[in-house]
Amino acid sequence: MNGGNYLQFVVPGIIALSAMNTSFNTVGASLNMSRLYHKTLEEYLTAPISAFSIVLGNVLAGSLRGILASIIILGLAFVFGAKITVNFWFFLIILLTCFLFASLGVVAAMTIDSHEDMSNFSTFVILPMSFLCGTFFSSEKLPEFIRYFIELLPLTHASQSLRAIAWGYDFPAVSLLVFLGYSVVLFAAGVIVVRKVK
Amino acid sequence: MIKINQLTKYYGKIKAVNGIDLHVGGGEIFGLLGPNGAGKTTTIRMLTMLAKPSGGKAFINGYEITRDLLKVKKEIGVVPQYMNLDIEMTTWENLELHGRLHKMPKDDRRKRIQELLDYVELRDRAGDLVGKLSGGMKRRLMVARALMHYPHVLFLDEPTVGLDPQTRRRIWDLIRRMNNDGMTVLLTTHYIEESEMLCHRIGIMDRGQLIALGTPEELKKRVGEVVVETLNQGCTKYKFFADREQAVKYARSLKQNVIIRESNLEDVFVELTGRKVGD
Ligand SMILES: Nc1ncnc2c1ncn2[C@@H]1O[C@H](COP(=O)(O)OP(=O)(O)OP(=O)(O)O)[C@@H](O)[C@H]1O
Ligand SMILES: [Mg+2]
Repeated sequence: MNGGNYLQFVVPGIIALSAMNTSFNTVGASLNMSRLYHKTLEEYLTAPISAFSIVLGNVLAGSLRGILASIIILGLAFVFGAKITVNFWFFLIILLTCFLFASLGVVAAMTIDSHEDMSNFSTFVILPMSFLCGTFFSSEKLPEFIRYFIELLPLTHASQSLRAIAWGYDFPAVSLLVFLGYSVVLFAAGVIVVRKVK
Repeated sequence: MIKINQLTKYYGKIKAVNGIDLHVGGGEIFGLLGPNGAGKTTTIRMLTMLAKPSGGKAFINGYEITRDLLKVKKEIGVVPQYMNLDIEMTTWENLELHGRLHKMPKDDRRKRIQELLDYVELRDRAGDLVGKLSGGMKRRLMVARALMHYPHVLFLDEPTVGLDPQTRRRIWDLIRRMNNDGMTVLLTTHYIEESEMLCHRIGIMDRGQLIALGTPEELKKRVGEVVVETLNQGCTKYKFFADREQAVKYARSLKQNVIIRESNLEDVFVELTGRKVGD
C-alpha cells in the first residue's frame, strides 16, 4: 500500500471519527455542565417547551458542529491530494452519524452524574470504538467474534460507507438502516431521560 | 393558587420533605421559613417540576404538577436558590432567551426587557456578559428573568440573599407590585424581617414538616406575645406569656435583672424550631 492509497483509506475513517467525536463531545460536555454545574438546564426545564424540543435543539447544534469538523478534515484531505468521491450520500451519512452520536451525547449527559465519569465514558467507550471500527485499519484481520460485535457498532458502518462512496462504489443499504435505527432509538432515549426528572 | 397534599420527597433514607399539606390562595404572598435542611428548596423544586415527588400531590392553578407539565410551566416563574444565568450571554440576551422560551412576541419581549432592566437598575449593564456582573446584580437579573413572562405563580428561593438594603426593598416592591396585579407568590427566606414585611402568611418548616402556619400575628399569639429574657451563666433563656401582666408577675418572682419585651417573629421561629443559631 503506498502513501496515496493509505490516504484514500484513512480519510473517510477520520471523517467518520471526527463527526462522531465532535458531535458527541460538544453535546455531552455542554449539556452535562449545564445540568450539573451551571444549572442553566433548569431554565429550559421550567420553560413551557417539550423535552422533544430540548433534545432536538441540542442534537442539531451538535450535528452542525460535527458536520463542520468533518468538512474541515475533508478540505485538508483535498489539500493533501486525496482523490476521493464526495456526493449527496456522503454528506447524508456524515449527517446521520452526527445525529446519532449527538443523541448519544444527550443520553450520556443526562444520565452520568459527574464530569469525571463523562470523560471516563469518552475514554472507555468512545475512544476504543474509534480504534476498532475500521478507522485506521481494516477490521477484516480481527477474530470472527470481535468482527460480529464491531459490525453492530454504528461507527463501523459510518467508516465503511464513507469509504465505499469515496472510492466510487455503492455503499451497503443496510448501513442506512443501521444509522436510522440508532438515531431513532438514541433520540427517543434522549427525550425519555430529559423528561424523567429526578 | 397552590394546593399541596401530603407532598413527600425521600432522598434515600433522608426524608427531605415529609408529607406537607398547604393551600396558598390566589394573590397571596406566602413565606416558607425554616432552618438549613428543613426542606424548603426541595418543596419548591417539586412544585416547579425539577424534582419528582416520592408521594403526594400538588396543584398549581388547578393543574396537577406531574400530569399537566406544560400547562403548569406556563403558569410559573422560578428564581432558584443558586445562580443559573447563562454567564456566556449578556444581561439582555438572558432575558431575550427567556422571552423566546416562553414564546413571547418580539415587541412584547423588547418592551418587557426594557421595563424590567429599568426596574432592577441594570439598564446600563444590558450589553455586559452576565459573568462580569456582581453577585447582587445577578440576583436582580434572576428576579427580572422570572418575571419576564408575567407568571401567575412565582416561586422565589431566597430571592434577596446577598443584596444591599436598597436593592432588597426594590425587589420587595417589585414582588408587591406584581402581586397587586394578582400574582401568587411563594418564597423562602432566612431574613425574618423580610417575611414579616412581605408575606401575608408564613409557614415554618423543620425536618421536612410544616410545624406552624399563619399570619405573623397569629404565630406570635401562638407562642406568646410578650417574652421575658433572663441571662443564666451567659446563656439567654426566653419565656413567653400571653400578656404583659403575666410576664411582669413572672419577672418579679425572679431574683435577677430581666428584659421584658414584645415577642417578634424571630423569637417564634427559634422557639418553634427548637434550635438557636450555632446549635
Ligand atoms: N439532590 C439531593 N440529593 C440528596 N439529598 C438532598 C438533595 N437535595 C436536598 N437533599 C437533602 O434534603 C434535605 C432538605 O434540603 P433542602 O435543600 O430542601 O433544605 P432547605 O430548607 O432549602 O435548606 P437551606 O435553608 O439550607 O437552603 C437536606 O437534608 C438535604 O441534604
Ligand atoms: Mg434551600
